[in-house]
Amino acid sequence: MKKTMRLERWLPVALVAGILAVWEWQVSAGRMSALFFPAPSTIAATFARLLTTCVLPANIVATLSRVFVGLALGAIPGLILGLAMGSSSRLRAVFDPLIAALHPLPKIAVLPLIMIIFGIGETSKVVVVAIACFFPMLISTAAGVRQIHPIYFEVAENYGGRLLQVFTRVVLPGSLPLVLSGLRLALNTALLLAIAVELVSAREGLGSMIWFAWETLRTEELYATLATTAALGISFNIVVQYLTAKLVPWQVEREG
Amino acid sequence: MRFECHNLCKVYLTRDGSVTALDGVTFAAEQEEFVCIVGPSGCGKTTLLKLIAGLLEPTVGRITFDSDAADGRLRSALVFQEHGVFPWMTVLDNVAFGLEMQGVGRQDRYARARAFIRKVGLSAFANNYPHELSVGMRQRVGIARAFVADPQVLLMDEPFGSLDAQTKLVLQEELLRIWKDNRKLVVYVTHDIEEAVLLADRVLVMSGRPGRIREEIQVPLGRPRNLSDRERPEVVEVKLRIWGMLEDEVRQGLEMPT
Ligand SMILES: Nc1ncnc2c1ncn2[C@@H]1O[C@H](COP(=O)(O)OP(=O)(O)OP(=O)(O)O)[C@@H](O)[C@H]1O
Ligand SMILES: [Mg+2]
Repeated sequence: MKKTMRLERWLPVALVAGILAVWEWQVSAGRMSALFFPAPSTIAATFARLLTTCVLPANIVATLSRVFVGLALGAIPGLILGLAMGSSSRLRAVFDPLIAALHPLPKIAVLPLIMIIFGIGETSKVVVVAIACFFPMLISTAAGVRQIHPIYFEVAENYGGRLLQVFTRVVLPGSLPLVLSGLRLALNTALLLAIAVELVSAREGLGSMIWFAWETLRTEELYATLATTAALGISFNIVVQYLTAKLVPWQVEREG
Repeated sequence: MRFECHNLCKVYLTRDGSVTALDGVTFAAEQEEFVCIVGPSGCGKTTLLKLIAGLLEPTVGRITFDSDAADGRLRSALVFQEHGVFPWMTVLDNVAFGLEMQGVGRQDRYARARAFIRKVGLSAFANNYPHELSVGMRQRVGIARAFVADPQVLLMDEPFGSLDAQTKLVLQEELLRIWKDNRKLVVYVTHDIEEAVLLADRVLVMSGRPGRIREEIQVPLGRPRNLSDRERPEVVEVKLRIWGMLEDEVRQGLEMPT
């Protein structure tokens, strides 16, 4: 058992290391175009340079601030409306069709409209991220409340629970697992949208770096920036996973 | 404390019509009495308990009682058939839940909850979550929670229905032991006749759907009780009588020729 576990853990690492080694070797042997596929060592050197000259950190901060401001502006209202909609069938009847109509729209497509309304500055970018975060948070939260077994509400009522008590002791903890998966979706969406917006219209941020690297054909910078973006996405997921393990101890085992 | 059900009827409205679950249930129960209700599956036993608990409104009929609560409701604690304990609370918080809803402070309610957690033998699990417990242990949590809240009426809906025979016996004895020290009115639903005569002072036999009380039977046993009591001739006779009535109902329910 333990041996296979260890093997499964190391296999992906070995696989990636193997691919990188072959890549490096093929480029140095001149069998692969260094323009399209710069050697991993070149990319690493570029990465180090971008890091030490503060180009990368500054752009990471720009992207992250869009992600988190957008997340706060979108996910918090999504959470609140989701809790309300999950609890009230009347609210659902009002908002469900609206959401069904708006949710499928690719959010990057509303950027021009948002720029007409909010101008071409920072506000528009954050607003688009916020709109994109709003929906996954709302939908997951409402589903989280709705999947709470009615028996738990009956228990609370039976013991004389008041509305606020029912909310804090049943609705919130009962929906928390799906709220957190909503948060994960919202974070991923926020990163996606922040990068997309930056590709199109920003002067700083990882997305604009990617675009700039393409326009000037600095492939090694392109790779370094892509790797950074991927690392951000992965660390978001790790953070939410950690949060989930901390906040939802009653579900950890079931997932494992 | 005494409560009376007068002609309780409950009709559920569903998408394709209505279901009459109860049709004129009348009975009374006294302080410190242990009443068992037996009836075939789907005859409205859970519905009846929820009406008494005030979780449902009767379509017709009423329940009278003398309340000691400020809002005039009957203070009851319902132990559910299953899934009654909150998965997101530890055993301690689950058991203290009723007190928490009553506004009892943390220290006090934990102390009182711990006392009952000890009585159901779960002291070692006070800080565990329900998913770490067996089904039987979870039902003990539900029972402890009900006793701690110190209700006027304890309502139990087949609390041991999904347990194996041995566990069931152990928990039945445990329940009687706790009840001996905390005498209160218990209305206990089951479809297990053995269980009914072992636990109850009085057994109410329900008819098949729509449910009503078909017969009331006094159990000819004193207390404390032990396992061998169930084999006494007068008890066997009572069991056979109940079984005869239920068999009729079940047959009618299955629409089989007699
Ligand atoms: N919320 C509901 N809506 C519609 N019909 C219901 C509802 N709850 C119960 N019923 C119906 O009412 C009847 C009685 O249900 P109830 O759950 O009270 O029976 P029960 O005696 O507890 O059954 P069991 O022995 O299976 O637990 C059943 O036919 C059931 O289908
Ligand atoms: Mg039932």
